[in-house]
Amino acid sequence: MGEIQVTGHPASPGLAIGPVTVLTTAVASRTARGDPAQEVAALKAAIEGAALELAELIATVRGEAAEILEFQIAMLQDDALAEAAYDAIAAGAAADEAWRTALDAEIAGYRSAEEEYFRARAADLVDIRDRVLAALNGVDTTAKISGDSVVMGDDISPSTFLAVDWTRGGAIALAAGSPSSHVAMLARARGAPMVVGLGPLPWSGRPPSLALVDGDAGTVIFDPRPETRRVFEHRMAAANAARIAADAGRFEPAVTADGRRIAVLLNVAAPEDLTGLDPAICDGIGLVRTEFLFEGTQGLPGEDAQYAVYRRILDWAAGRPVTIRTLDAGGDKPIAGLTIDGERNPFLGVRGIRLSLARPEVFRVQLRALCRAAVHGALKVMLPMVAVPSELDRANDMLDAEFTALRAEGIACARPPLGIMVEVPAAALCAEDFGAAFYSIGSNDLTQYTMAAARDIGAVADLNDAGNPAVLALIARTVEAGRKRGVEVSLCGDAAADTRLTAALLATGLTTLSVSPIAVARLKAAVAGVST
Amino acid sequence: MHDANANRAAQSFALLTASAVLVNPVGLHARPSVKLTQCAKGFAARIEIALAADGPWTDAKSPVKVMRVKAPQGATLHFRISGPDGEAALAAMLALVHDGFGEA
Repeated sequence: MGEIQVTGHPASPGLAIGPVTVLTTAVASRTARGDPAQEVAALKAAIEGAALELAELIATVRGEAAEILEFQIAMLQDDALAEAAYDAIAAGAAADEAWRTALDAEIAGYRSAEEEYFRARAADLVDIRDRVLAALNGVDTTAKISGDSVVMGDDISPSTFLAVDWTRGGAIALAAGSPSSHVAMLARARGAPMVVGLGPLPWSGRPPSLALVDGDAGTVIFDPRPETRRVFEHRMAAANAARIAADAGRFEPAVTADGRRIAVLLNVAAPEDLTGLDPAICDGIGLVRTEFLFEGTQGLPGEDAQYAVYRRILDWAAGRPVTIRTLDAGGDKPIAGLTIDGERNPFLGVRGIRLSLARPEVFRVQLRALCRAAVHGALKVMLPMVAVPSELDRANDMLDAEFTALRAEGIACARPPLGIMVEVPAAALCAEDFGAAFYSIGSNDLTQYTMAAARDIGAVADLNDAGNPAVLALIARTVEAGRKRGVEVSLCGDAAADTRLTAALLATGLTTLSVSPIAVARLKAAVAGVST
Repeated sequence: MHDANANRAAQSFALLTASAVLVNPVGLHARPSVKLTQCAKGFAARIEIALAADGPWTDAKSPVKVMRVKAPQGATLHFRISGPDGEAALAAMLALVHDGFGEA
């Protein structure tokens, strides 16, 4: 099998290399089954046993880990958790079935929560469920994991995480998962790199034997070629040395060796990314992805729900500019009930602004929420996947209409400036022709469309190079168009966080780069080493 | 005599209500829920919470039920308390919320 690169979301920073261990969740089902009184007694004993196990585990950990386990114990000791299960047993169900059904209902309640934080608690409930099931069925579900391996699975429970010695250099790569999960918090605290949201894993049958995990970029490379592995190991060594130096400079402005001030903005995938973060580390937010609002199970988000989230981000920024991208669905980001299924080539199909213009009833709601949020700070709005000026013109007209309507209704609102993502080569080549309030270069898509090579197809992954002269020429051309028109140009793709490219990017004339919060310190250190 | 006792009982079990805004970063999440329920269990009074002044009311002594409320940051948490040590319970509950559960 060849090298495969998969992209997800960074959940805990750092680089790791190790053998792949795939988590299996085989919970044997119970064979024996008694009368309701015996089943109730069995469930009670299993719950008490699970709480006891957790109490023993607590004795071996400290701080955050202990608090997470205390939460699980408090939940287990609360009769309300098993209430529905006891009812089901009284109606004739077996203890394990009853418990599983009751906990699955509880878990579904968490998964459908509006707040990412509460959704992330589902993993704790799964942990509780399986621990009690294991006690009921008398099997140990936690396979032995070696602390130097890359643990792969759909999701991982806190107790599985805590059973591993992460000081040995291992990492976590999950198909699902969340950066807000308890495991992600623990991984950050213990320095275990973690990537979540990788999606269905690209192999069937035998899993790969080795993986490189990049917890900064949110990527995982399976079965790397020797050259890829060598480069990665070199990065690991350099990162260790650089991290120590960089952390000190996080709050300093980014300035090149020859004194040029570079604005460093943040990329934000969800408002939770900002939790615990000091806005003083950045000059604003360069990209807020809004897809997370549409990924829940509760259907498309309403205007008020969107407004509340946008406002929260603007409040956090405390007057610094915030650029929010309108829904960028389609391509590799399908959304149930919105994107078009079964397109032959979704990356060249109805995605980004094309989808928003095709579904004006959905787009209008987002534009209204953005106009209302705009009174709370320096909001800018950008459109993804724009190819021709008429797309921007139509969006501008719709934004004007919603702003006018809100004002007529007496609702507090402002009309945010509307800019475009430059990620289609056509837009980069003719950037000057767009009446955009600003340009934001999306280097990931610009690279894949320019090089005609996807990042997730291993055989062509080396062609997918943001540092290729053709891609850099398109970036330079966009910067020049911005200069001529007197509007700001920034770059918000992964290339901005790739410090090997910093010198090349600044050489195009770019003065604004937007990266995930975790990359800020490293980028500022890289900028300081560049002479332009 | 009988009436006087009934009155005293009614007086000491007066329904106390108050509200406070959740200021800690992610609302009434795992750790705050555990703290809240542990504190509530220290009182004999019946203690209930809600996101609106008119309910629905949730038993503040049950972490499972408190977590089901999913109270986000910025939400107003309403308390309804009745019992012999209601005043002390209310003061303790409000202090916890104002203090951001020690996290703010």
